[in-house]
Amino acid sequence: MPVSPRIAVDEARDILPASTPQERLRNFCIIAHIDHGKSTLADRMLQITGIVEERAMRAQYLDRMDIERERGITVKSQAVRMPWQVDGVNFALNMIDTPGHVDFTYEVSRSLAACEGAILLVDAAQGIEAQTLANLYLAMEHDLTIIPVLNKIDLPGAEPEKYAAEIGQLVGVDPDDVLRVSGKTGVGVSELLDHVVETLPAPHGEVDAPCRAMIFDSVYDTYRGVVTYIRVFDGSLKSRDRIDMMSTGAHHELLEIGVSSPEPHPTPGIGPGEVGYLITGVKDVRQSKVGDTITTSIRGAQEALEGYSEPKPMVYSGLFPIDGSDYPVLRDALDKLKLNDASLIYEPETSTALGFGFRVGFLGLLHLEIVRERLEREFNLELISTAPSVVYQVMMEDGTEVEVMNPSDFPVGKVDSITEPITKATILVPSEFIGAVMELCQSKRGSLGGMDYLSEDRVELRYTLPLAEIVFDFFDQLKSKTRGYASLDYDVSGSQVADLVKVDMLLQSEPVDAFSAIVHRDKAYNYGVEMAGKLKKLIPRQQFEVPIQAAIGARIIARENIRAMRKDVLSKCYGGDISRKRKLLEKQKEGKKRMKNIGSVEVPQEAFIAALSSDEGDMPKDAKKK
Amino acid sequence: MSPLSVYIHVPFCAVRCGYCDFNTYTATELGGGGSQAEYAANAMREMDLTLASDRAAGYDYERVSTVFFGGGTPTLLPADDLVAMLEHLRTLIPLADDAEITTEANPDSVTRASLSRLAAGGITRVSFGMQSAVPSVLATLDRTHDPEKVPQAVAWARDAGLDVSLDLIYGTPGETIEDVEISVKSALACGVDHMSAYSLIIEGNTAMARQLRRGELEAPDPDDMADKYELVDDLATADGLSWYEVSNWARTPAQRSRHNLAYWRGTDWWGIGPGAHRHRDGLRAWNVKHPSRYARMLGLGEMPVADSEQVAAEDRLVERIMLELRIADGLAAEVIPVERRPMLAVHRDRGHLDPVALDAGRAVLTRSGRLLADAVIRDLVP
Repeated sequence: MPVSPRIAVDEARDILPASTPQERLRNFCIIAHIDHGKSTLADRMLQITGIVEERAMRAQYLDRMDIERERGITVKSQAVRMPWQVDGVNFALNMIDTPGHVDFTYEVSRSLAACEGAILLVDAAQGIEAQTLANLYLAMEHDLTIIPVLNKIDLPGAEPEKYAAEIGQLVGVDPDDVLRVSGKTGVGVSELLDHVVETLPAPHGEVDAPCRAMIFDSVYDTYRGVVTYIRVFDGSLKSRDRIDMMSTGAHHELLEIGVSSPEPHPTPGIGPGEVGYLITGVKDVRQSKVGDTITTSIRGAQEALEGYSEPKPMVYSGLFPIDGSDYPVLRDALDKLKLNDASLIYEPETSTALGFGFRVGFLGLLHLEIVRERLEREFNLELISTAPSVVYQVMMEDGTEVEVMNPSDFPVGKVDSITEPITKATILVPSEFIGAVMELCQSKRGSLGGMDYLSEDRVELRYTLPLAEIVFDFFDQLKSKTRGYASLDYDVSGSQVADLVKVDMLLQSEPVDAFSAIVHRDKAYNYGVEMAGKLKKLIPRQQFEVPIQAAIGARIIARENIRAMRKDVLSKCYGGDISRKRKLLEKQKEGKKRMKNIGSVEVPQEAFIAALSSDEGDMPKDAKKK
Repeated sequence: MSPLSVYIHVPFCAVRCGYCDFNTYTATELGGGGSQAEYAANAMREMDLTLASDRAAGYDYERVSTVFFGGGTPTLLPADDLVAMLEHLRTLIPLADDAEITTEANPDSVTRASLSRLAAGGITRVSFGMQSAVPSVLATLDRTHDPEKVPQAVAWARDAGLDVSLDLIYGTPGETIEDVEISVKSALACGVDHMSAYSLIIEGNTAMARQLRRGELEAPDPDDMADKYELVDDLATADGLSWYEVSNWARTPAQRSRHNLAYWRGTDWWGIGPGAHRHRDGLRAWNVKHPSRYARMLGLGEMPVADSEQVAAEDRLVERIMLELRIADGLAAEVIPVERRPMLAVHRDRGHLDPVALDAGRAVLTRSGRLLADAVIRDLVP
């Protein structure tokens, strides 16, 4: 491992928090695809700078949630202050860990806004992925200085020449200037840190101006309440200050202020250009919103920093406990998760098919999956989720407008038009799959916005696609049509009027709410036929014939029949059979109690669950690190 | 004092059939006094103990109204053994003058002589396990008798003065609807006054279930079973028999099996023999299954009971609805719990309950209702 001088904390008097001059500060983040080795590189930096001792080192030190560690993704970002010496001069480096997924674009943008530069980290065996490209563009929009780096150069399959050319072209540097490291072995990491000091601009806030600090993350901690991570732009914060949240005007006392390196260290304050954390005693991250500006209550700033916005759920899904008696557990669990997730919103929902549950809004599919997994794992719940739905604006002929987040809330009456969210999607794919991807996008109502060759055999395709198509099963199909090579990024970019209809599934003329869907008129028939077929297979025969119909309004577009059950009798029942038969009857009665009644049709909940589950797998699988 | 029925289980067979999950053994020599030769003596000892135990509990019976030798294959024992058991029972409790004394038999386990001996010894009725008249179906069921022998056995029994019933099984894998027609017609051609027909139920612990799992046999289809049941009912009805329980048909009410009706009406009965069940005023008890263990316990002067349960009042109501609804007389509507009674009209409207009988206050299954009896029962029990 190359030796760069480590600095003991007590030797670094010139870079103490709250008194480090801005020219000795460097704030950066790492932009990388999920499994391109960001956490491993960060671990190596912690080790090389000496702030984590060898024996305390554990893999992916910064990822705190089990689920993050397991899946190798970072949902919540964090900041670490590391000392580093170049040419005998001490510097304080702040590494801000960014979430790596499209669902958290807003959080990413706030993390980027807290930095002057970004390391673009790309796997030397795989090349850049669509989500990384999207975050790179985002970083460029924030005028960040980009340091392109190829990671995993120790891998046998690494092709550093090829991918250096690719990212060199993207960033606009000579391929030879693309750094090469191995987070695993540590090769090149010291040089990279030197490079950070040499090439990234120092912060240049106004030292004497009223304080303005931006919240780029806020995390709920059971023992400490909400820990808020901030980047100070102008002025400074002192441990005894009272602070204001500029979006709400709320006042808070500071209980603690400090920096992470990587464990929290209280400090007398945080100076201009610096990154740190503060604790105010609030118990809910909603009181400490990402993107908000903090200032001092006395002689505070008049104008907030730019870029704050409220998180807005894009995807809604019903979450229902499989065991109905778990409903209160689910409610408490959501209340707890909410403390740490400002974007999580929910309200009670009742479904004839699935019982009591919640309609939950998510930033995207990964967010949905993470929340669901946390609920199941941390709260020991078994859940079923309905097909994700986007938010539609329905304009009625009488001029009223209705927002629909749940197909079963679709208004009755004459509809004038329906507006759906659309996305700008970027797909990176080997050129041999261009045809397949174009065909897929076309079938998903996409329109091609442009196409660029990143290298000889890799292409960037830009599409406008309805969000509803993406949340349905787009990603699975994309992966299967490109043998897993395509990567996808999308960002909600607006809305469009589309010829959409609500398809209801009826059992004996009674709608089954969990299966209603809003789909494009051209696809309504397919949806109806497929769903009717699926339900026919899953719903047991009843004592009478049960028609399954798919309907748009009053018009039936598809139909299946479940024939009446003709035989349900044990033919023998003599002396020795009576006890056994009575017990069987009791068991069957118990089973009957667990049935859901749709009209007079008794359906085992498992049938609904199976019908919903077979639609699963529409989450981006690359969010999972194997 | 109420009448008593007595069931005597003879747990021996010449061959074990692939579909059978009854408590039966093919070995002639079982250790510990449990072999066939010692069976009658053991059963008689159990009768003694049962009588003593009933009396100790304050139960006494004036008459035995029905006796049923079931199996297994009771006629695998010498006719004298069956007669001896009956004689012994008679010394404990007198038989009613019109007592119905039935034995099950395989068509190939009887002779003209053995049937005469049984009749002379007091047996009044014989129920033959005919199962089918089609050789390929009998082969699938592992039945060894030649179908040609059935009419002969029936004739011998009738000559001996016995009432005769034939048992059929429908729904055997590979059996066609034509096969069922042949079987029912040949059963009826014997001129019997009573017939039982059971859909084949493949229990999980049988050889046939294993064949099914290995894919060597095709699983029975419920619709096919329903078609076959309806055919059986059509043919029996056309021949002048009428159903009196889901799986039983008789020419006149007098020819119904009174022993089985006793089960369905919840009266008291003894269960003698390994694995046999008894019922006494809500107390159900069942014997240990293995003949050797059974014999050993009797040798020690113990009742060979494996376990028992006292059926709670609510469960007795469940049993009553469950059993009486299956018989043609049906069930008085007022027996059904008030909150369940609205389901009577629902099932009438679905065609499962006879509307005329319901107007008269009785729940009586229609033919489609018989095929869905369990579903109807689930809706009517508390």
